[in-house]
Order: sequence, then C-alpha cells, then structure tokens
Amino acid sequence: MSPVAFVYLACVLFAIGSAAVLLRRNAIVAFMGVELMLNAANLAFVGFSRLHGSVDGQVMAFFVMVVAAAEVVVGLAIIVAIFRARQTVSLDEPSELKG
Amino acid sequence: MVEPFLFWVIAAITVLPSLALLFARKAVHVAMAVVLVMIGLAVAYVILAAPFLGMVQIVVYTGAVMMMFVFVIMLIGVKGKEDLTETITGQKWLGLLVAAGLGLFLTGVISRVTLNLQDATTGDPEVIAGAIFGKFVVVMETLGFVLIVAAVGALVLSHMPRLTPKHTQKEIAADRIRVGADPVNKPMPGVYARHNALDVPALDPHGEPIDESISRVLEVRHQTQDQEPYHAHLEKGDDK
Repeated sequence: MSPVAFVYLACVLFAIGSAAVLLRRNAIVAFMGVELMLNAANLAFVGFSRLHGSVDGQVMAFFVMVVAAAEVVVGLAIIVAIFRARQTVSLDEPSELKG
Repeated sequence: MVEPFLFWVIAAITVLPSLALLFARKAVHVAMAVVLVMIGLAVAYVILAAPFLGMVQIVVYTGAVMMMFVFVIMLIGVKGKEDLTETITGQKWLGLLVAAGLGLFLTGVISRVTLNLQDATTGDPEVIAGAIFGKFVVVMETLGFVLIVAAVGALVLSHMPRLTPKHTQKEIAADRIRVGADPVNKPMPGVYARHNALDVPALDPHGEPIDESISRVLEVRHQTQDQEPYHAHLEKGDDK
C-alpha cells in the first residue's frame, strides 16, 4: 500500500474538519474543527515527505504545529474574553459587527 | 510501503472519532474524540518515517493543545447546550454539501497526480534539527517571534481592567467596625471550661459562659451542652 493512502486520509479529515467549522455553533467545537484541518494538512505534509524521500515536509509540518499552538493560545483567549463579556460561546450570538 | 492493516486501523481511529465533531452534543466528548484522532495521527507519522514528529504530535497536541481545550471547557462551563435554530436557512445541508465537495475535490486532485515512491529518509531528531537550524533557520526564528507575540496577546486578551478601586485590608476592617461587628475574633469553645470540648462554651473573665463561642451548627443540631454546670465557682467559696 502506497503512502498516498495517507494523503487521501488527510483529505477526508480535512473535509470533516471543514464541515465542523461550517456546521457547529459552539465556538470551541468549531475551533477544534480548525485544529483537525491543520492536522489533516500536517498529515498530507508528512505523507508527501515520505513519498519524496525528504524531510522538508516534516519540517513544514513541525512549523505548522508551532503556528497552530500559537493560534490556539490566542483563539482560546478570545473565546474566554467573549464568554466573560456575553456569557455565551455561540458563534451566532456576537452579531454586533452587523451594524 | 505501508502495511495495509496498519493503515486501516489508523483510518478507523482517526475518521470515526473525528465524526464526533459533527454529531456529539457535548464539547467535552468532542475534545476527547479529537485526542484520539491526534494519537492516531501520531502513529501515522511514525509509520511514515517521521518518528520525531510523531512524538511532537503526542506532546504538543494531546498533551498541551487538547488539554488547554478541556481547560477552557471547564472554565466556561460544561453544560454547553447548543442552540439548534438556524440563522441561515439551509445552513446544515449547504455546509455538508460544501464540505463533501471540498473532500471530493481534494481526493480528485490527488488521484490525478502520479507520484513515484522514493526511498525513505527517516525523520530522526538529528536530521530534523539539521534542516530546522540549517535550511529553515529564518523560519524557525520567525516562529519563535510568533510564539512570543501569541503569549503576549493571550495575556492582553485575558487581562481584565479593574472597574472599582481595590479594597485594602484596612478599609475592610474599618467597614466591619462601622457596622458594629466585634473587632476581635470570637473565643474558642471549651476554653477554661471543665472539659475541653467543642460543645462547652468558653468562660469570660467573670466566669460567665460566652454563648457565641459555640459553633452555630451545633446549636442548630441541638448538640450543645447545658451551660449551667460550666459556670466558674470562683465566688461560690464564701457560702461554705
């Protein structure tokens, strides 16, 4: 079985993650969908790295992990700040930007 | 080459729990399912000749990121009843359609590419370190900067400005005196009584029992002793 199978798996996981972002209203669950999409991209990176026989893809996946960690820190801080201001984590609730 | 059995096991423990993102009601269940997905991906990395990345995946994602998610869920309440009213009509089916289209598009693109498998370069820590600190050293330093900015940003976002002036201990004590509270601590029960127990009132300098030295809980439960026997018999000596 070729490592390309893992790239297909990454596609499926990315689609599931994007569906979670599009469908769920809970900000935390939607955020976990973003995490799943990032991880699917990582899996594709590592799969292609194995296919090409080079570690560049793995290094890129490592960098994606670093950026994802930074993103989680800021995102969760935003969620906690919104919750403290409005007592909700629903994504439909903060609609002040509509004007 | 990849063992097909291993691949299907990994596919099962990544795709099935990730469906919890779509169907699970409680955020905690979703978080635990995503932890399982992360572990499955770590195994996949080890199989794909990236052992270092597999370990990092377990440490960073299951150990740090997902635990931080669980921590935030704890912070904002586990109840998390999601409102299912649709603000955009047909959002559910539209979202599913878009996601399925995206998945089909990606798999379609991959299936049209011919990739010939090269020999594996195992991503040992030394090999990865050579790439990170050699070829990608600028990226690495930029990411260090990004991490610092993220940490400072999280501090700023979670900082709450004080709306009212802080009460000092001195002001709190002054407030207590103003409303007429006893400025000193209540005496402990059983002090200078005949036996040292919580249900016996303390005696004041005149030998009288002090009622408030006994816990109110014991009074409510009627577990206090009668106070009369615990009077001091100091002045009783002159009637002999």
